Amino acid sequence: MQSWFPLIPESASTYSGDVDALYFYISGVTVFFTLLISFVIIFFVVKYRRRNPFEIPRPIEGSMKLETLWSVIPLLIAMSIFFWGAKIYFNQYRPPKNAIEVYVVGKQWMWKFQHATGQREINELHVPVGRKIKLIMATEDVIHDVFVPAFRIKADVVPGRYTTEWFEATKPGRYHFFCAEYCGMNHSGMGGWVVVLDPTEYENWLSGNANQMSPAAAGQQMFESLGCASCHGANAEGGRGPALLGIYGSNVVLNNAQSVKADEAYVRESILNPQAKIVNGFGPIMPSFQGQLSEEQLLQLVAYVKSLSAPKTETQTAKPPPSVKK
Amino acid sequence: MEEFTIPKPPRTNYLNAEYGLKSWLLTRDHKRIALLYLGAISFFFFIGSLYAMAIRLELLTPQGDLVQSSTYNKMFTQHGIIMVFFFLIPSIPATLGNFLIPMMIGAKDLAFPRINLLSWYIYIIGGIVTIYALLAGGVDTGWTFYVPYSTTFSNSYVIATGLGIFINGFSSILTGLNFIVTIHTMRAPGMTWFRLPLFVWAHYATSLIMILGTPVIAITILLVALERLAHIGIFDPAAGGDPILFQHLFWFYSHPAVYIMVLPGMGVISELIANFSRKNIFGYKFVAFSSLAIAVFGFLVWGHHLFVASQSVYAGMIFSFLSFAVAIPSAIKVFNWTATLYKGSISYDTPMLYALGFIGLFTIGGMTGLFLAALAVDVHLSDTYFVVAHFHYIMVGGTLLAYLGGLHYWWPKISGRMYPEGWGRFSALIVFVGFNLTFLPQFLLGYLGMPRRYHTYPADLVSWQVLHVLSTAGASILGVGLLIPLFYLVWSMRYGPIAAANPWNLPGLEWQTASPPPTENFLTTPIVTHEAYEFAGPEHKSVVGKFERQQTTEI
Repeated sequence: MQSWFPLIPESASTYSGDVDALYFYISGVTVFFTLLISFVIIFFVVKYRRRNPFEIPRPIEGSMKLETLWSVIPLLIAMSIFFWGAKIYFNQYRPPKNAIEVYVVGKQWMWKFQHATGQREINELHVPVGRKIKLIMATEDVIHDVFVPAFRIKADVVPGRYTTEWFEATKPGRYHFFCAEYCGMNHSGMGGWVVVLDPTEYENWLSGNANQMSPAAAGQQMFESLGCASCHGANAEGGRGPALLGIYGSNVVLNNAQSVKADEAYVRESILNPQAKIVNGFGPIMPSFQGQLSEEQLLQLVAYVKSLSAPKTETQTAKPPPSVKK
Repeated sequence: MEEFTIPKPPRTNYLNAEYGLKSWLLTRDHKRIALLYLGAISFFFFIGSLYAMAIRLELLTPQGDLVQSSTYNKMFTQHGIIMVFFFLIPSIPATLGNFLIPMMIGAKDLAFPRINLLSWYIYIIGGIVTIYALLAGGVDTGWTFYVPYSTTFSNSYVIATGLGIFINGFSSILTGLNFIVTIHTMRAPGMTWFRLPLFVWAHYATSLIMILGTPVIAITILLVALERLAHIGIFDPAAGGDPILFQHLFWFYSHPAVYIMVLPGMGVISELIANFSRKNIFGYKFVAFSSLAIAVFGFLVWGHHLFVASQSVYAGMIFSFLSFAVAIPSAIKVFNWTATLYKGSISYDTPMLYALGFIGLFTIGGMTGLFLAALAVDVHLSDTYFVVAHFHYIMVGGTLLAYLGGLHYWWPKISGRMYPEGWGRFSALIVFVGFNLTFLPQFLLGYLGMPRRYHTYPADLVSWQVLHVLSTAGASILGVGLLIPLFYLVWSMRYGPIAAANPWNLPGLEWQTASPPPTENFLTTPIVTHEAYEFAGPEHKSVVGKFERQQTTEI
């Protein structure tokens, strides 16, 4: 438990300890140098105070030795901080492969979460302890930001692209999260709670909210209702348009002989701006869906395309059979 | 007994050379223009401070019960805009720089006196447009104008405010241009580059940034206006644009702008430390070139504002590295100032108290920049109160303290009167204490996770409210500490003891002419035969070392 007057926020992720360690190191450096300089200044100011109004001290020009010393030592300390900070950041930057994915959509001034298993939440996110959670985030309007102080993570949510952040909570509990990018009138009200549960409690929570369609299933419905199937095939096996089966995560060769990795951003771009990157061997015939889909619907379509490439073992628990609703 | 008076020869100086409003509004004298600026920026500083007080009062409680959210958002936006663009950026260059650069290099005026007056008028027009925007309904985008909030979603006076800042930018560019040409072409005979006071070096570096950086913010504001009015699509992803592009453009100016604000302050501190310890500055060339290094490196670190804005991880690493590199010239300055004190003859006059306070606060402000340059820690700290505390340590603890120190130091030259020394020392102490009490708690708040620009905060976090209450208490003390000089400086203009030409007994050229100086600064062009901060030895007691303070402290 935290004391009533903590100096650091609760440390509740696998990452937060690393950040705290570096924070304490820089704090130590800061306090040391601030005290050193303050002490030297006070010492000089007292020792060399003006004792008579006529005194003219002997001039001192400077010293190359000292200048080198106090350039090199701060540089070495600064570089130690740089490498340490970059190392932690770089490790955290790569999202893990086996993470539970949660889709997040921010809009003025609320957060919508949707789990791969279909559960939807507003301003509250339930996750299990000890599992890696990856947030795939989009915004309907302005820039927002998901900031969880207890996990030491923060990432902007930027219009026109997907951003991600991930964490692995180490302690069950309720943790504040905030919108950390100014977004207008109710910016300070745009937050909520991350609720970290024991695995069994999490299973209970999941089954208690189970009767909702998974994003992939909703995406498949849209795939049919928007007429995507007429070109991409009823089972996304391809036709006049390229096949989508197995495409996610693969390298796609374009008509300009370049190739691009089919990630979330690529799928999104291909829906909104199909002419931007055309698959080799296909014509530029697909219409744009810009302005016709909400970010939530886009994420569901992306989830559907992803599910077409997912290994069977992962999809079994992740989504109910897509034909249930048919 | 017969009474007889000794007739004093009437002396004209720049203040009494002409009278009347017209003589001020059409003046081309850099000293009068400096005073015009002094009045204008003091006005804007006062307005900006009122917003600050309202913000601090609101944050006393977590609930946001003083004003509405929309009002609060306008308050912090307008606090930032006024303080950054209308106080901090012009503060030291346009007042002290304007007044002193020609005097320090032995010139009669700046190179372009008419352009100097023009830049004041541009500043005033920009200010009036901005004040109009505030009165018409205000602006709520934050001083950073991030898109797409500013281009599409905000219902406030974005374009009018932007126009005010746009216009004001030209004032900055013209001032920078004027300084550079003046420093290059108008130095008195013998005033070589390495004899220049470090105040002049710092302003030279600042002017470079003003000229190279300010056009970029002008373009950026123009693009925001075009996007808002005509939806040209440059920042809108639906039209092929990119909102992050705005942040790159904005910070390409606004990070160097931090150095526009603090470099002149560093110049003032170099003057104060050297002159009030009667020592030449330790490592003169290192201090001079570190200003230029800061000006150059300052243009290469803007991306450290985008560590969490979905910038590429490799770009993040490069910007982090360069941000650490820019810390080194600042560290060099701090060490050289400290070393200058060694075996000096240190007086405790008010300007020196401000200078010593500056070194302490600037050290904290600079060191806390290391937290924000370190990628992993910045992820946690960006957009929190830690950032707020950090840049206030640089802007208030640095620039404002330097400005106040410089204002006291040159007050006898500017006004021809002495300020009350006791009150001066007292208020310097109050400002130092109040400042630290205001902003130290905000570092803790930031690491605890309090986001900036928050009208309300969770009531279940008791420590957050305690820290906010401490901060507001500090702000009240700081407010008092800033009001005291306002009163006594105004008072001293009429009632202060008459100042001698060289009340501190210093070798700088600005002290070798009368107080206040004549309109042409020097009756004969000075010929410089000594280095900067070359204090005369005992054989020159008639010039240096004979204090006239008795005359000045008695009323």
